[in-house]
Amino acid sequence: MTQSVASQRMPGSDPPSAGEAEVSPIRSMMRHRSRPGPRPRARRTWRRAIARDWRLYTFLVVPFVFLLVFKYIPMLGNVIAFRRFRPGGSIFGDEWVGFYYFQAFITNQQFWNVFWNTAILGGLTLLVTFPLPIVLALMLNELRSRRFKRIVQTISYLPHFMSIVIVAGLVLQLTALDGTVNQVVAAMGADPVPFMQRPEWFRTIYVSSEVWQTVGWGTILYLAALTTIDDQLYEAARVDGAGRWRQTWHITLPGIRPTMMVLLILNIGSFMSVGFEKVLLLQNPLVYSTGDVIATYLYRVGIQSAQFSYGTAIGLFEAVIGLVLVLFANGLSRRMVGTSLW
Amino acid sequence: MVTEPLPQKPDIAHVRSSTGVIRESPGYRVFRVANAIALLLVCAVTLYPFVNLVAKSFSSEGHIAAGEVNLVPRGFNLDTFRVVLADDLFWTNYANTFLYTVVGTVIAMAITSTYAYALSKPHLKGRAFFVGIAVFTMFFGGGLIPNYILIASYLGWRNSIWAVVVPGALSVFNLLVMKAFFENFPTELEEAAAIDGLSTYGVFFRIVLPLSKAVLATMTLFYAVGLWNSWFSAFLYMDDKSLFPVTVYLRNLIAAATGSQDIAEGGEAVQVAANIQAVTMLLTVLPIICLYPFIQRYFVSGVMLGSVKG
Repeated sequence: MTQSVASQRMPGSDPPSAGEAEVSPIRSMMRHRSRPGPRPRARRTWRRAIARDWRLYTFLVVPFVFLLVFKYIPMLGNVIAFRRFRPGGSIFGDEWVGFYYFQAFITNQQFWNVFWNTAILGGLTLLVTFPLPIVLALMLNELRSRRFKRIVQTISYLPHFMSIVIVAGLVLQLTALDGTVNQVVAAMGADPVPFMQRPEWFRTIYVSSEVWQTVGWGTILYLAALTTIDDQLYEAARVDGAGRWRQTWHITLPGIRPTMMVLLILNIGSFMSVGFEKVLLLQNPLVYSTGDVIATYLYRVGIQSAQFSYGTAIGLFEAVIGLVLVLFANGLSRRMVGTSLW
Repeated sequence: MVTEPLPQKPDIAHVRSSTGVIRESPGYRVFRVANAIALLLVCAVTLYPFVNLVAKSFSSEGHIAAGEVNLVPRGFNLDTFRVVLADDLFWTNYANTFLYTVVGTVIAMAITSTYAYALSKPHLKGRAFFVGIAVFTMFFGGGLIPNYILIASYLGWRNSIWAVVVPGALSVFNLLVMKAFFENFPTELEEAAAIDGLSTYGVFFRIVLPLSKAVLATMTLFYAVGLWNSWFSAFLYMDDKSLFPVTVYLRNLIAAATGSQDIAEGGEAVQVAANIQAVTMLLTVLPIICLYPFIQRYFVSGVMLGSVKG
């Protein structure tokens, strides 16, 4: 899949169609993928294009070099998953070893442990943090006081702007033995719980912190989509005798469905790469049995223990899963509801 | 200070009831009250951790350890602030954060705006290719380790500011937002300037950029907040304490306090009191919280620009 995507992006493939400027970036992301245009007389027109636009092309030089060095060299660097890497040797490894490193982690029980942890944590996060912004947006939409609505929005967006270090710090303080959560626990007559040392609490705490940080900000796109729904639809529904719930169900939700699908596809694509930085900050060896995920495992064995090829193989495995999930979700969405990223 | 977060049009709820076709049912009135209360709760839950943080910052260590500090400070004192502000490393790291944010934002804006401008020209041959190679990196990339090898070993950027400010200099999302903005820039203006003898460079720097302040401000804020909050690249590539940004300073403080990784690794096992942590966290978020009411609407408009236009 990767190969075909890359090979279709040849220079001079297709002239942009009219009205393209109006297409949103989210859609234009993949717009250029599937049109392998013919390219006759390529060489001569290239010379003319450069003669005419050479100043514009100079604008491209630095970003292009940047992309090559910082995106495409590491991308090709993934090849060390199949080659033995020696410190100080070539960045692309020294000799081929085939699937040696893949076999190493596939037969490693610890890898499967973190694999399932990742799937569960990612799945829970998706399950909880995907629908909540929709609910919150619908609730905001029912508010009559515009002032109140704006205040709620302003407050609920705030956590989005916090560094992950701050979020982790807040979580650790709130769940500490002397923290607020334990005071609530004590008030209910139970014994305080050292939450961050209990593996059974890690998922709950992680997902809660994700909810706190992302749900408010997640409403923006839905609120925008809600303003584009035609009021006449509501009027027509009322004439037909639809109450508020039925209006919400039959008009509002279908109206924001394209937004929902796009965000769902993007979420599904990233769900195996669960918030690596946050997990890294929140976890400690006591909670590894539930709180260790592929990315943090990769960080420990790859960077801290300097097993570069082994770590790269795991990273590549994870990236390919992510890519496959996006393509799968996108295809499914296109077939079932007619909405897709590309 | 209340900001204008969304393009407003009459509230649907309002329109629906003002037509008078359906009078408010008692059930709906109950719903509206419950809804407002629920949203107030959302606000309370969102704000509580910050309130708690402030309370802890002004409380004495003993009261915090006894689990008595929730909404209001207990054992009010300013000593903790004195202790934290007396740490030279804190100031050094704070200055580093400032420096990295400024340098990183300048680099990122230079790369993003020039690339976006060139890509916004429909007649540019090879445009689809240049857009494509940027967009593709959103879906697939080098993993942690190939990046690490490139930057730490190959480029030799250990303990270098460049490791923090350069690799993230092109956000594809920001690029697409900017490209969409430039595509809608009135061509007549550029043509008129060209007829008056300005080259492409002149048009870009003297016509387009000055008239794109809104999108430039938004993108600058996107990058600046991202850099201000970032910690991982510094954590990964730096081991010289005097080069850390304040987020890494904070991370080390918290890690030492909760005895997580550093202790497991046999690192510094100094317990840092909760009030010291709280003050450091408060001082780290303070600039963002103070600026937040003013910058929030730029962010919202940036996200909207990036997604609703189509």
